[in-house]
Amino acid sequence: MPTESNTPTIAITLNGQTVHAPAGSTILDAARRAGVDIPTICYHPNLTANAVCRLCTVEVVGSRTLQPACVVPARQDMIVNTETERVNAARRVILELLASTVDLHEAPEIQDYMVRFGVDAARFAGGEQREFPVMDDNPFYVRDYSQCVMCWRCIQVCAEDVQFTFALTWGGRGIDSHVATFFAEDMPDTSCVFCGNCVGVCPTGALKGKVEFDLEQER
Amino acid sequence: MKADKVVRSTCPFCGVGCQLLLSVRDERIFRVEAPFDAAPNFGRLCVKGRFGADFVVHPSRLTAPLIRRERQQPGKRTAATGPDDWREATWDEALDVVAERLLDLCARYGPDSITANACAKATNEDNYLLQKFLRQIIGTNNIDHCARLCHAGSVSGLQLAIGSSAMSNSIAEMEHLECFIVIGSNTAETHPVIATFLKQAVHQNGATLIVVDPRQTEMTRHADLWLRHQPGTDTALFNAMAHVIVKEDLYNRAFVAARTEGFSQYVESLEDKTPEWAEAITGVPADDIRRAARSYATAGAAAMYWGMGISQSTHGTDNTLTLTNLALMCGHLGRPGTGLNPLRGQNNVQGCSDAGGLPNVYTAYQPVDDDDVRHKFEETWLAPLPGKPGLTVTEMVDGILTGQVRGWYVMGENPLMSEPNLRHAQHAVEQLEFFVAQDIFFNETNVYADVILPAASFAEKDGTFTNSDRRVQRCRAAVPSPGIARPDWEIISDLARRCVGRLGKSPSAHFTQNADHLIEQWSYAHASDVWEEMRALTPDFYGITYERLEREGGVHWPCPTPEHPGTPYLFAEEFPSGRGKFWPVDYGSDSEQPDEDYPFILSTGRVLYHWHGGTMTRVSALDAIWPECTVEMHPNDAARLGLETGDWVELSSRRGAITARLLVTGRSPEGTIFIPFHFAEAAANVLTDNRVDERAKIPDYKVCGVRIARSTAPAGRAGADTLLTDRGTIKDPVVA
Repeated sequence: MPTESNTPTIAITLNGQTVHAPAGSTILDAARRAGVDIPTICYHPNLTANAVCRLCTVEVVGSRTLQPACVVPARQDMIVNTETERVNAARRVILELLASTVDLHEAPEIQDYMVRFGVDAARFAGGEQREFPVMDDNPFYVRDYSQCVMCWRCIQVCAEDVQFTFALTWGGRGIDSHVATFFAEDMPDTSCVFCGNCVGVCPTGALKGKVEFDLEQER
Repeated sequence: MKADKVVRSTCPFCGVGCQLLLSVRDERIFRVEAPFDAAPNFGRLCVKGRFGADFVVHPSRLTAPLIRRERQQPGKRTAATGPDDWREATWDEALDVVAERLLDLCARYGPDSITANACAKATNEDNYLLQKFLRQIIGTNNIDHCARLCHAGSVSGLQLAIGSSAMSNSIAEMEHLECFIVIGSNTAETHPVIATFLKQAVHQNGATLIVVDPRQTEMTRHADLWLRHQPGTDTALFNAMAHVIVKEDLYNRAFVAARTEGFSQYVESLEDKTPEWAEAITGVPADDIRRAARSYATAGAAAMYWGMGISQSTHGTDNTLTLTNLALMCGHLGRPGTGLNPLRGQNNVQGCSDAGGLPNVYTAYQPVDDDDVRHKFEETWLAPLPGKPGLTVTEMVDGILTGQVRGWYVMGENPLMSEPNLRHAQHAVEQLEFFVAQDIFFNETNVYADVILPAASFAEKDGTFTNSDRRVQRCRAAVPSPGIARPDWEIISDLARRCVGRLGKSPSAHFTQNADHLIEQWSYAHASDVWEEMRALTPDFYGITYERLEREGGVHWPCPTPEHPGTPYLFAEEFPSGRGKFWPVDYGSDSEQPDEDYPFILSTGRVLYHWHGGTMTRVSALDAIWPECTVEMHPNDAARLGLETGDWVELSSRRGAITARLLVTGRSPEGTIFIPFHFAEAAANVLTDNRVDERAKIPDYKVCGVRIARSTAPAGRAGADTLLTDRGTIKDPVVA
């Protein structure tokens, strides 16, 4: 592993301050090193970043569109602003759209973001809800995709980010798209090895251990 | 659900030593997660670690000391499985009975009439105290544990070659491997989290993986090269690789000259071990042997990882020596990403050995027959200590049958599932005069006991575990024990104080100090007090303290001083034995070979969802996903015999017979049958052979002769009315 001392560093301007980071860092890496908090949902430090949720969106001077900080490399002399009105407006809309379609009652981090960015959770109310039956098809965990924000983490840990088991994929199209097994088989009939690493990285209550699920039902 | 508290601990299953976060509400663990920023698992777990901890709340947990109602006589000892066979007792009564009976045997037959099994699932502190109890108070070195049945072949080989038997390199190095060989290890099922790092090394970092295994494990799917040899022919294969490396001049001259001895004699022994010679024995194409040899030898850094396939053999020591020879000639030792790495099975099998749970050594392999070492322990323990090494677990069985052994103390092990040739072992147990067991559940062994002492599970006690890469990590109490169960270290201490009290009054007292001093020494207030005593006697652990573990999460021993950072990889400068030694090994086998009467080779092993004798996993959610024993047979063999998946078959060897259902799969080669050993109702070890490797005393669980015949469902067998393939996730992983 290369050590930090022999890795070249770059400098960017972040919210008006000059900050340094190892070359190859993303904007998010550089910001976190500098103690600047950029909100994220799909990003997980142990997994491949995919810029799915776009909550980490930031303004890069000279770029036409907002940039997802979790995947865009920080480049020398880049000027980045993480809290402009344009950025915050985008984040509000992302969160409002999520709130209108997904059951977020077991997603405390997302709820905190809604408070932080002054979100009107009812702004798009009345539209199509993402509703799926709770799937309880194995002894270890329960899947409630009504609570799924489609962050992609579970599919990734099941694939090349950790387990190389490839039990999960995307199913459906558009509003109906959801995390699924191949041919919609029950988990015991798939290649699943029940490591539960998907449960471990789920940012909401969509994936939950069965012990916890059963105890909640009893209460 | 909101947690009342979240407790960091270490997984109770395999030797990876995954760090856990136990979420507790109303004194119940409702969620198990892993910290994403902590070695060795960095947020990863497997099914057992994440979903298998519910055994701690199973209603069949032992909650109070139990005493057999009917006094057992040697030769007529029986298994007590009925509720009326036992009565609950107070700790005072039960421990007084144990003290009385052990000391009585000691007085009548001498200290060597008592033997004990330490426990590779108990903490370092628990095991340290059990071996101290045996050595100091009973006065015998008769203590051993199930490491004898798993990596003894690796240990004896590594000791002969380099003088150290632990895994040489750390789990953290795995992702950055350049080339590695996985031998006789079903890593994805037995060390699942390590397997994830190995798979990433291949797919994300371009490492070359060579798998050596008769069985088609998941790791073969990720391999550049899979050498599928006939079971038991390992030494021929590795000798031929060494032959290629010498003939093609691919060995590391500088390393051989500077760090090893015996090379020229060894090279002479390789002269006739050509790849073609090995192909005839192993069935592996000679060119594949050449490719494997070149890949390993020419890599800048290359490592070996192995499991039971190497060790559990009548020639387990020889198997290991052929691996150490290769590593020494290529210089693949003493640097990151190199090494000789036996993957340890139990979560604390490394620690149990480190804590002195072996018949020939105290803590950290300090020999009992070294006078200076023994005097050091005598000074601290205030008693003269025996200098003669004690019995191994495989010798204990025979010791009972010859009358040498009369009393047995088993802490947390289940030998009547794990010993080979179970009927023979059971016959021995029946001859015992006194048998005390300490456990969290009834199991197939402790139902023969006179007294059962109920212990706390991993989730109910403090202590330390040492994982496969020598990392000492904390185990922390998260929930209370059921009933009046107590931590093992506390039970042993209480028993020791009672024994000292009795011995102190008798004329045979052999302590060098007044009994009061010993009772005071045995009055530990917390597991950390035990660790403090242990590290003071053990230079390799001296730098590790509870306070430091709190701060750093874990430390790799050797760690001689508080300032020392610990040692993730060994042998950078030299081997404990000085120079690494080459050992010429000739091909040959003492294993029971298939013949006309028993035409198939039987190989035993594990499935992902269960743990060893099943004591913990058959009483957890894990049992639902793989609820029964499956007999794996190759499609060609099945077709020849007219058998199909789901057929009931009787499998028999010269030692016994079991009945289970067939799973036709290409995982095992033609002529070889594989069964897991977790299922008491079809216990694999009824069939296995108890002949052992002369040097390691390890039995042969991978090769013996069996025959197979169509049968019918045994009366009352659970689940027999459901199709095999409808039970849990049982399926043929090769075709599926």
